[in-house]
Amino acid sequence: MSPLLEVRDLRVTFPDRATGGVHPVDGVSFELARGETLALVGESGCGKSLSALALLRLVPPPGRIASGSAVVLDGTDVLALDDKSLRKVRGRRIAMIFQDPMTSLNPVFTVGDQITEVVHAHFKVPKQEARDRALKLLNEVGIPDAASRLDAYPHQLSGGMRQRVMIAIALAGEPELLIADEPTTALDVTVQAQILELLDQLRATHGMSMLLITHDLGIVAGRADRVAVMYAGQIVEQASTAALFAKPSHPYTQGLFASVPRLTGPVGHLMPIPGTVPPPSAWPSGCRFRTRCPIVHARSAEMPPMLQVGPEHSMRCWLAEDQQ
Amino acid sequence: MTAPAANGGPLLDVRDLVKHYRSGGLFQRSTPPVRAVDGISLDVAQGETLALVGESGCGKSSAGRSILRLQEPTSGSVMFEGRDVLALGREELRALRRKMQIIFQDPYSSLNPRLTVGDAVAEGIQIHKLADRAGTARRVAALLEEVGLDASYAGRYPHEFSGGQRQRIGIARALAVEPSFIVCDEPVSALDVSVQAQVLNLLRELQQRRGLSYLFIAHDLAVVRQLAHRIAVMYLGRIVETGATEELLANPRHPYTQALLSAVPEPDPTRQRERIVLSGDLPSPSAPPPGCHFHTRCFHQLRDGRCSTETPLLRPVGATRAACHYAEHSSVAQVTAPAIPNQ
Amino acid sequence: MTAPAPSLLRRTMRVANGRAGAVALVVIALFALAAPLALPDPATQFDIVDGALRPPSAIHPFGTDHLSRDVLSRVANGARISLAVAVIAVALSITLGAVVGLVAGFFGGVTDTIVMRVVDGAMAIPRLFLLLLLVAAWDRLPLAALILVIGATGWLGTSRLVRAEVLRLREAEFVRSAQALGAGARRVMFRHLLPNTIGPLAVAAMLGVGDVILLEAGLSFLGLGVRPPTPSWGGMILEGKDVLQAAPWVSLFPGLAIVATVLAINLFGEALHRAAESRSS
Repeated sequence: MSPLLEVRDLRVTFPDRATGGVHPVDGVSFELARGETLALVGESGCGKSLSALALLRLVPPPGRIASGSAVVLDGTDVLALDDKSLRKVRGRRIAMIFQDPMTSLNPVFTVGDQITEVVHAHFKVPKQEARDRALKLLNEVGIPDAASRLDAYPHQLSGGMRQRVMIAIALAGEPELLIADEPTTALDVTVQAQILELLDQLRATHGMSMLLITHDLGIVAGRADRVAVMYAGQIVEQASTAALFAKPSHPYTQGLFASVPRLTGPVGHLMPIPGTVPPPSAWPSGCRFRTRCPIVHARSAEMPPMLQVGPEHSMRCWLAEDQQ
Repeated sequence: MTAPAANGGPLLDVRDLVKHYRSGGLFQRSTPPVRAVDGISLDVAQGETLALVGESGCGKSSAGRSILRLQEPTSGSVMFEGRDVLALGREELRALRRKMQIIFQDPYSSLNPRLTVGDAVAEGIQIHKLADRAGTARRVAALLEEVGLDASYAGRYPHEFSGGQRQRIGIARALAVEPSFIVCDEPVSALDVSVQAQVLNLLRELQQRRGLSYLFIAHDLAVVRQLAHRIAVMYLGRIVETGATEELLANPRHPYTQALLSAVPEPDPTRQRERIVLSGDLPSPSAPPPGCHFHTRCFHQLRDGRCSTETPLLRPVGATRAACHYAEHSSVAQVTAPAIPNQ
Repeated sequence: MTAPAPSLLRRTMRVANGRAGAVALVVIALFALAAPLALPDPATQFDIVDGALRPPSAIHPFGTDHLSRDVLSRVANGARISLAVAVIAVALSITLGAVVGLVAGFFGGVTDTIVMRVVDGAMAIPRLFLLLLLVAAWDRLPLAALILVIGATGWLGTSRLVRAEVLRLREAEFVRSAQALGAGARRVMFRHLLPNTIGPLAVAAMLGVGDVILLEAGLSFLGLGVRPPTPSWGGMILEGKDVLQAAPWVSLFPGLAIVATVLAINLFGEALHRAAESRSS
């Protein structure tokens, strides 16, 4: 079966005074099957959120998607659509929820208004029907006393409740793909657990695919089918979740794992990656990670392609070649 | 990690600390106060790290700031090196600031954008007149190197640095007055995971080299474990459980500690932990539930009327001290956790 | 994200309007400084040969007025007066406003309530009315007193602006951090708070200069501002009023000077404003 979403060589360009142009997203390719969850993992500045925005052509100006990029949703090239067709994709076929539930909701409209607005945008239904759907959605995302919350304003809800409302709004278009951009980063840990459970449950019942964007390897475990690790605008390792956690192969991925504090095992042996992520204008030629990599490789001045390290497991590192 | 032996009483001893916020101005009718800190007691020994753990709104930051008197606490006592901090006059308090310092969460807002890194680090030295001009410059250079930065950075401005580097600058700024006690208010929460590990390692090194005591405020138990000798868990202004780090993590007695522990996202799909998903939200701290503050979200099988009427006190249960009426009957194996969130 | 002071100016200059405004202001300032040295002194030289109310010509590019004085030379001398009045008065009102706003915002509570209620009350009185009252009460107002009066009535808006900024900044962790190091009120106010209000203050000052130029012109036009024979742009328009039909150039050129200056200030001020805004976000 063909994948639901196929992203090929996605590049985002921003003008830069010194270098003429930088590519914070530089040649990202991945596929997403129906009903599958892919986690896009990386630290701030790696280009993961910008990649997600590019899928909906929401790259903030003066940035733009470079020619040669392709985002194919079920046979349709999203990047080639006219504005009218694009609006039918946004919200209806691909929906997105963001990190900050405080600013993603419009403070002057009630929760009910904001959900029915999306319903009306995509379906020709009478007013009462739209309201019924909104109520059903609020129940579905686990908002207690949903009927009275329809007329509540965002400021009357807690952060966790607001994120549930955001999810309800995203579901209102009955999308095939849900992009969740750091959906729990702004929330407390116990509420984070609630929201992650909820997203997983909804993905299953609605048969959606999910692109989960996060900096936290911990929330990927047990929730995503596959993982793509990003560094400096590129995917550096891609594998099934089980394979990646069993055998993280790229030195950057290994560094990330070694940095994560854990509840078990010895204490005091965190092995951080030295240095910091350079800004896009200062990315080295060749392997992007070579300035921070503990391994010196003879070919690190050349950019490695994605190389196979196992079944459904590849990485952007010359070490893969040596292993074979 | 084992707690170092305290030489003659704790460095910091806090008893029944209360901090209430009153809302409303001069002409407005007063509303019920927000009970951010509702009577907590804790102590920190020389060279020890006590972690104060909880979610936003539990009062952990207010507690840290009240101890330093960056906010005036409503009542209680704070003894530092045997002196009553709350009874100090303005000048005595300023002098005490040399001994007690704070590191903040947000490395972006905690540095004045218009001061160079050197000026920021030198500020404490200037305020307390700890060195002359040349001496100050030497000390600033030494401090920057001690926190892992190049001494030549002194002439640059904060915006030229990454979050992790700024956090190091913030640490150097606090160290400049040579404190013995530092409140670390979520010092790594805003940082990327690889940088977070760098800063945690730095804090540990500094503690070992300088014999510092930390009150480490955080929400992530996995982070806390790297540094803390002891942990105190807060919920709605009260400490609900406290104990030595490994004991508390291995056998938490309070249902809230159990839930918090199970919510820690760990990058290990093979380690099957029982996921406890709490229902509902944190109640408002201006109207906390009566009795045990946690009873509205509690999943303990023995929960009953007593929980909503009688406030449980911290008492020894097993290896920790917990504030739960039924703590004896709540080892992790016994709890029945609801699998589905509130529906 | 914020940056040290020099980059605010640099960012302002990146905008075309900012550059245009800056260039125009420099030209006007040079004109005010240099032209009176090169041109005949209108206070002493009455060009009897050409006579009064001559239209613009090669010798008198802006023509002459009813006392046969060279209008170009008077516009240049008027620029010195008008700009000096504006700059000094604004410096005065910005300083006053910054101190009042800083004190009210930093100390808060009762101090803040009292100070800001006074400001609210004063703001309810139109500035022009207040000025007219003060100026009319004083028969022959010296120039210094005029500047003082304009400066003393112009700080209210600035104090509100600075107070709002201080209220925001006061909660910033770097202020808390300074207090934790033992910094006193003065250090916090002048080392940590005030320097971080420079952006909005610079904008307020810039636009304030434009306002005061218009205000002084208005007062002088009403005969209540700068006294003749000292040239000022508003006073010159007044002098040309009676001969507007026969010799429009007498009023026209000082009028154009006002328009050009205020326009340049607003262009630059607007660009400055945007540079300050984008920086603070």
